[in-house]
Amino acid sequence: MTKTDFPPSILSRPTYGVLSPRPGPAHLLIADGAGAGAVLDLLGAADAGMAGGSHLIYLPGPDGTDRTAELAALALAQFHRAPSFAAALPRLRKVLGDAHMGVQIYLAGSEGLIGQAQREVMEAGLPHDAVQTEHRGSWVRRVQCVHCKGITENVATDPFLCSHCGLALFVRDHYSRRIAAFQGVNIDAEDPGSVPPPVEKFR
Amino acid sequence: MSGGAAKIPVRVAEVTEVNALIRRIRFVRRDGGPMPAFSGGAHTVVEMDDHGTRRLNPYSLMGDPADTTGYSISVRRDDAGRGGSLYLHRHVVPGMDMVISHPVNLFALDLRAKKHLMIAGGIGITPFLAQIAQLAALGGRFELHYATRNPALCAYGDELTARYGGRVHLYHDDAGQMITLPALLAGQPLGTHLYVCGPKGMIRWVRSTADSAGWPRAAVHHEEFLAPPPGKAFDVTLAASGKTLTVGTHQSLLEAIEAAGVDAPYLCRGGACGQCETDVLGCDGTIRHNDHWLTEAQKASGQKIMPCVSRFEGRSLVLDR
Repeated sequence: MTKTDFPPSILSRPTYGVLSPRPGPAHLLIADGAGAGAVLDLLGAADAGMAGGSHLIYLPGPDGTDRTAELAALALAQFHRAPSFAAALPRLRKVLGDAHMGVQIYLAGSEGLIGQAQREVMEAGLPHDAVQTEHRGSWVRRVQCVHCKGITENVATDPFLCSHCGLALFVRDHYSRRIAAFQGVNIDAEDPGSVPPPVEKFR
Repeated sequence: MSGGAAKIPVRVAEVTEVNALIRRIRFVRRDGGPMPAFSGGAHTVVEMDDHGTRRLNPYSLMGDPADTTGYSISVRRDDAGRGGSLYLHRHVVPGMDMVISHPVNLFALDLRAKKHLMIAGGIGITPFLAQIAQLAALGGRFELHYATRNPALCAYGDELTARYGGRVHLYHDDAGQMITLPALLAGQPLGTHLYVCGPKGMIRWVRSTADSAGWPRAAVHHEEFLAPPPGKAFDVTLAASGKTLTVGTHQSLLEAIEAAGVDAPYLCRGGACGQCETDVLGCDGTIRHNDHWLTEAQKASGQKIMPCVSRFEGRSLVLDR
């Protein structure tokens, strides 16, 4: 059902749907970059009452897409624009800590944003599939180096150099919900120095 | 018979009348050893030789999971039932040798929850007794709402209140007391998981109320063992065993298969666990699906049947068994 056509892959690779309004006492929306389009479509399809019960946290996308002005015009109960996920995190944790069961959670935009927000929701005790997700825009990945455990954001090429330990990493579709990252494995461990040229796979 | 979980030879250690409808039976191992550990919500299948009729019924383990000296079950007498509960009420006495299965848990706590909200109706209290003992030991946060007809039938209500105080809320139908479910659900902190065990109507009510209040499906847990419903007798052919047999009016298909000496898998015998799922090779008639396991699409396809609770009406049924 996703609007992004990811190639078929292993079960571990996250898949995404299309946001649709669901009844609930409150609505929490978290989006970045092109995910703004999914938010606008969602509120366009919903009853007029949804906006008055919605709290949106929005950040610019990894490719710089920033549709703050359009979202600010939606007249939601609360709209908060943050410069990064790290900057939005204290607010998100406070909102989840104060929320009650029944709140509907919608995540839209890049995989890094969706995964990290989903991880916070799981930390709050909700099942991982209790949120709706929709991928929009950039395909760049958040990847954990399985060797040094460092995380590199916005990985566009495969292989790439780990930003922490410098190893050349092959980007797998193997994904960790707990870490909210794909796994990167050293590509030249058997034959040091034989690293294929990086290909831009995730733009 | 190797179907089902491994067996434990036990002796009945104690029989206690809890109230007018419920009796508690405690089993210990015949060899004096410890029982297998279990987790709150687990059940055991009790085997009965009811004057020649073999009965296997699942009962929730109600004791403290940390206590491996024995297992306790509470059995509500069902005068209109198929006879398992009546047998346990009328014929089981201390000292008797019986066979029960290893514990199987189809109603486990989700320990990732921040809080556990439990709704019990009548004898549906039993799995919660074990879950609450487990949570109390772990320091887990829980709240129990337990509805019964009247104080006399409120099994274990006093013990629960004495031990857990304000976390236990009792409701009596005869006094017109009702769980105010929408308000209860609306006030729950994020990360609460909901558990319900009780009569069919209560389970349906709790699940549908939670659904319309926006609760995620995966945070709502329920357990309902179905008794195999009676029906018209029918014939079935077991292709792999090369046998044709008749399933009696008060017999389940699984029981008929076992009575014919064919080894068939099972765990819960109540339409919940999925273990007995069997391929249908030929069907000229209508399968009466009574389980909670198969999806609507699977039921409509007519290619699967759960012999523990489902029946057949028509000319011929051939199973891959």
